[in-house]
Amino acid sequence: MINQNTYECPECANFFARWGHNGLAFCQLVGQAIILNGRALLMFPLMFSKRSRREVSYQLFFTGIRSLPVISVVALFIGMIFAIQTGIELQKYGQEVQVGGAVTVVMLREMGPFMTGLIIAASVGASIGAQLGTMTVSEEISALQIMSIDPVRFLVMPRLVALMVMMPLLSLYTNILAITGGAIIGVTQLGVEMQAYIDNVVLYAENKDLYTGLLKSVVFGFIINMVACHQGLTTKGGAVGVGKATRSTVVVSFLVILVTGFILTKVFYG
Amino acid sequence: MIEFKDVKKEFSGKLVLRGLNLCVDKGETISLVGTSGAGKSVTLKHMVRLLEATSGEIFIDGTDILTLEADELSKMREKFGYLFQGSALLQWLTVFENVALPLRENTDLSDDEIEEKVYAVLEKVDLTEAAEKTPANISGGMQKRAGLARAVVTEPEILLYDEPTSGLDPVTSRTIDGLIHDLQKDLGVTSVVVTHDMISALTISDRIAMLHQGTVSEVSSPKEFLHSKNEVVRNFLDSQCISSNFFEEFPERIL
Repeated sequence: MINQNTYECPECANFFARWGHNGLAFCQLVGQAIILNGRALLMFPLMFSKRSRREVSYQLFFTGIRSLPVISVVALFIGMIFAIQTGIELQKYGQEVQVGGAVTVVMLREMGPFMTGLIIAASVGASIGAQLGTMTVSEEISALQIMSIDPVRFLVMPRLVALMVMMPLLSLYTNILAITGGAIIGVTQLGVEMQAYIDNVVLYAENKDLYTGLLKSVVFGFIINMVACHQGLTTKGGAVGVGKATRSTVVVSFLVILVTGFILTKVFYG
Repeated sequence: MIEFKDVKKEFSGKLVLRGLNLCVDKGETISLVGTSGAGKSVTLKHMVRLLEATSGEIFIDGTDILTLEADELSKMREKFGYLFQGSALLQWLTVFENVALPLRENTDLSDDEIEEKVYAVLEKVDLTEAAEKTPANISGGMQKRAGLARAVVTEPEILLYDEPTSGLDPVTSRTIDGLIHDLQKDLGVTSVVVTHDMISALTISDRIAMLHQGTVSEVSSPKEFLHSKNEVVRNFLDSQCISSNFFEEFPERIL
């Protein structure tokens, strides 16, 4: 499934040779992770099969419904914080009524998918990395292979389906709650009329912002699953290895989400 | 039949198998014994290609498994049942679901047929009562028995056991030995058992292979093994206080 014999950097005295070898090792890891998730993507038609239906349903529930409490709190407070910070500045120019538009544009374009991605990477991604890591070190993955059960179909594909389906929905939910949080601050702290806030939101909300935000969240879902499953399935070294895999899942997901987010923003708005 | 021909395996520059030659006949039970690091579990994992040999050939019923493509390998693995050292049960499934898993995934049996087969196997290993419990809620011995039930539910031709009695108390160990022996007699399968436990090896085996530093240093029947002049074998037997008259001293061990 994944070649565990990863590229090993020989002892190189030369600084540049060492960098070269490390670069090769990094390229191998990225290639493995992409191939792993690519295979899972090709198995999407099997998600409705009798053998996969149950696991896919559970992963949809775990990723979507179980993430709602933490996403609700974070989204609401992000909207409120953003409304306070921009509202104070806008008040200086008597333009506090624009706070709804500011919150809407920022959430739809960037913060909605980005914050959802970070929360899901830290919760669901970490959980996937830890679970698959534990399964790898306790030989459960080997047991699946011996039973002729493809771990990619059995474990990776259902998680990929769940993340790519739930991420845009959760991102949309984050946007709605953050705009609601902005409304609470706008009305109670900045003295903006509710109707004026809603009008401002509608005025600034554009379809392009919504669609690019949703597309970003689908891509972030793919990234989280790619990193988490690869880290989990290549775990070595018992409990310490599982800890490292979990940590790497969160750190690498954050970094890749940041860089990919920038690239997508540049492509659509640059 | 399982045949290893000059199999070598290297981990990070360290040679663990140094040209291993071994032949397991159809229907026999062979135990691989030896000290830690001798290459017993590594040998077992090579039989199902969980590890790739650095060089050499491994034949299963005449087919070199090192040359098989992924699909062919998957088909070949259906011949095997494997009991892992730590049982390797999926923690989120119940004992019943764990045992039913290979049937659900690889056969077209109906739910009723699967249930019938699973309960028949669970009865053999005396686990019917624990069918609805998850692995975390049963003892180590019960987990081994559940792992054993999962390994045999597909009626494999070859059963591989990795340390089936490790970490278990002597009474439970002997129960597991009895189960392995009974299953072998009932199903007529070829069995390869990796163990440190000489009592277990002497009790259940047709032949015992002593692994030392990545090679087979002796293969013989349990009675010949007890009287071996091989220094490695003698040291191993002495370290477990097994005398040459083991079967005369403990006739109840003969299953």
